[in-house]
Amino acid sequence: MNLLIKNGRVIDPSQKIDDTLDLLVENGLVKEIGKKLSAPSGVAVVDAAGKYVVPGLIDMHVHLRDPGLEYKEDIISGTKAAVAGGFTSVCCMPNTKPVIDNKTVASYIINKAKSEGFCNVFPVGSITYGLSGDRMSEMGELKESGCVAVSDDGKPVNNSELMMRALQYAAGMGIMVISHAEELELVGDGVMNEGFTSTELGLKGIPRVAEDIATSRETMLAEYTGTPIHIAHVSTKGSVRIIREAKARGVKVTCETAPHYFTLTDDAVRGYNTNAKMNPPLREADDVAAIKEGLKDGTIDAIATDHAPHHQDEKDVEFNVAMNGIIGLETSLSLSLGLVESGNLTLNQLIEKMSCNPSNILGLNRGTLTIGSVADITLIDPTGEWVVDADKLASKSKNSPWLGQKMTGVAAATIVGGNVMYKR
Amino acid sequence: MAEFKHKHIIALRDLSKEDIELLISTAESMREINSRDIKKVPTLRGKTIINLFYEASTRTRTSFEIAGKRLSADTVNITTASSSTTKGETLADTALNLLAMKPDIIVMRHSVSGSHYFLANKINCSIINAGDGAHEHPSQGLLDLLTMKDRFGRLDGLKVAIVGDITHSRVARSNIQGLTKLGSKVFLAGPPTMMPPGVEKLGDVTVCTSMNEALQDADVVMMLRIQQERQGKTLMPNAREYSRYFGLNPGNIRLAKPGAMIMHPGPINRGVEMSSSMVDGEQSWILKQVENGVAVRMSMLYHVCGGELE
Repeated sequence: MNLLIKNGRVIDPSQKIDDTLDLLVENGLVKEIGKKLSAPSGVAVVDAAGKYVVPGLIDMHVHLRDPGLEYKEDIISGTKAAVAGGFTSVCCMPNTKPVIDNKTVASYIINKAKSEGFCNVFPVGSITYGLSGDRMSEMGELKESGCVAVSDDGKPVNNSELMMRALQYAAGMGIMVISHAEELELVGDGVMNEGFTSTELGLKGIPRVAEDIATSRETMLAEYTGTPIHIAHVSTKGSVRIIREAKARGVKVTCETAPHYFTLTDDAVRGYNTNAKMNPPLREADDVAAIKEGLKDGTIDAIATDHAPHHQDEKDVEFNVAMNGIIGLETSLSLSLGLVESGNLTLNQLIEKMSCNPSNILGLNRGTLTIGSVADITLIDPTGEWVVDADKLASKSKNSPWLGQKMTGVAAATIVGGNVMYKR
Repeated sequence: MAEFKHKHIIALRDLSKEDIELLISTAESMREINSRDIKKVPTLRGKTIINLFYEASTRTRTSFEIAGKRLSADTVNITTASSSTTKGETLADTALNLLAMKPDIIVMRHSVSGSHYFLANKINCSIINAGDGAHEHPSQGLLDLLTMKDRFGRLDGLKVAIVGDITHSRVARSNIQGLTKLGSKVFLAGPPTMMPPGVEKLGDVTVCTSMNEALQDADVVMMLRIQQERQGKTLMPNAREYSRYFGLNPGNIRLAKPGAMIMHPGPINRGVEMSSSMVDGEQSWILKQVENGVAVRMSMLYHVCGGELE
């Protein structure tokens, strides 16, 4: 389908474009960008006046639960949620059943996404076979099968030697390692952040230093081996500081945070709210401030949701029993635009963190509107208002801490490879 | 007489000073029943109380059962060691099934903090918390307050030392809430490994750097249970060293006010958190606590039923 997107504010940090422009899409590619383009015959015209036109948003950290846990989410519902949230690409984590540790599972995901999905799906394979933590998976084959990174997300690779060897081996194969940085002994059987709130609620705490120590180890291993590493879902002040210092030394470390870590504190757990239970846990006000500062100064490269669908039966239980994680695909853009509204980020910075940087970190060849690039484009209505309504969410699971809340800023249309896959 | 407006009693944090005073004064009048020859009144006749205990308990379960029976309620005990994760039936399903049998009150003990709030959103009978994780143990807090009131005639201006594993203690949290609301001061002592962050913000609470500092001029010394199995892993070297620095003995009790009362929620590890001479000595109010437990629980059952004393 060919499209002419007219009169939108085109923001493409990869080309330093920020202007009211028209954008012509032909045969799934960006054909032309300019002022007052005229529509060739047979080209559908999209009026984007008052909207932002940006490189398609990329969520580099989601759980699609397919194969094996389709009662929580599947590739169809997950990618439908993605496009509703303005995402044209998602990277799905390997803790499926079976685990993405072989070509068969990776191919299944890629093929199902292509034939039935609503957006691009890039699988992330596991670092260790079966997420066992004791031997490396076949990273060469995983890369060849289309995996864009490896990660044991959900838990760290506890064995430091294995982690160091995995970094070296993955670098040799040209595949990024994404670390879930937590020191497991310190996490113990904790269920929320350790602080005054855990004291008052009588819940077992997870100290922030559990993340800091692991982040520190990862940056030191990356420094020692000279290999790149990406730290997932940074949640603590300490982690931000450690990564900032490592970057200053030239360590090839990148990182992401999630919207809940810059919008919520562990106060959200009060009332034993299991939709505020995730791993790493919601932290404290000074952590939220540090996350925002890290986003602003570039320490934190990307915003990713850690979209973690869970069935109601897994959340509507006693707090300790509830599964970790919340859905995020459909709320991420609104919450992230809040950072622009509050002056924490410029719009250009936000688009970098939600599109350009994730693409660059993982080599996705997306995140740009340069002529000839794949026409993955998100139209954003910055003033559009909506309410997070469980019945209207595309995701199969409804485990969001923002249910019932009014949000501002929303995807107006999501275009994947030149096709309009979502329109508000 | 003031009115008790709560359907459930889950935490002293949720109750006002007036609520707590009402529960205590009712308990004081209930005590008369417990001293009669025929220890039974018809107040809760026809009411059904289920004691649902997901953790082992002798004292609390028996006390609630006796309290219900003395008020002529029908009491049923369910004790199960298994949690919802291992048993295969969820807590909510268990409760809904019990609810189908039309109880008026479920008294529950559960290892997960906040479980009672979870249940309160699901079922429509009254819920009384008999202890949830490390959160609260309101009946223990109330019986402790009643016992202190017996000794001092008041509950304001007291200096109460609580010594032990504060992090894992629901008894400490309920006492902190109750004592602070009634105008007393709490002084906590224990190894820093057992002191939860920000605990001083829970109320009129001072975290002391040593047990001696907490004991100094205390009106009440409350010792908490220490278990080698729980705290012995990473929180302390062993029971021997613990008792040396955080055990109550004839030597350090002298720092407290003369005649200071010694309390313990039980069960006691003699020779660990306190020496036998302290448990059995003249200053010990431990058995009085247990005695008061029945009256306090009668008061709680009575008030959540919203009945009238006959």
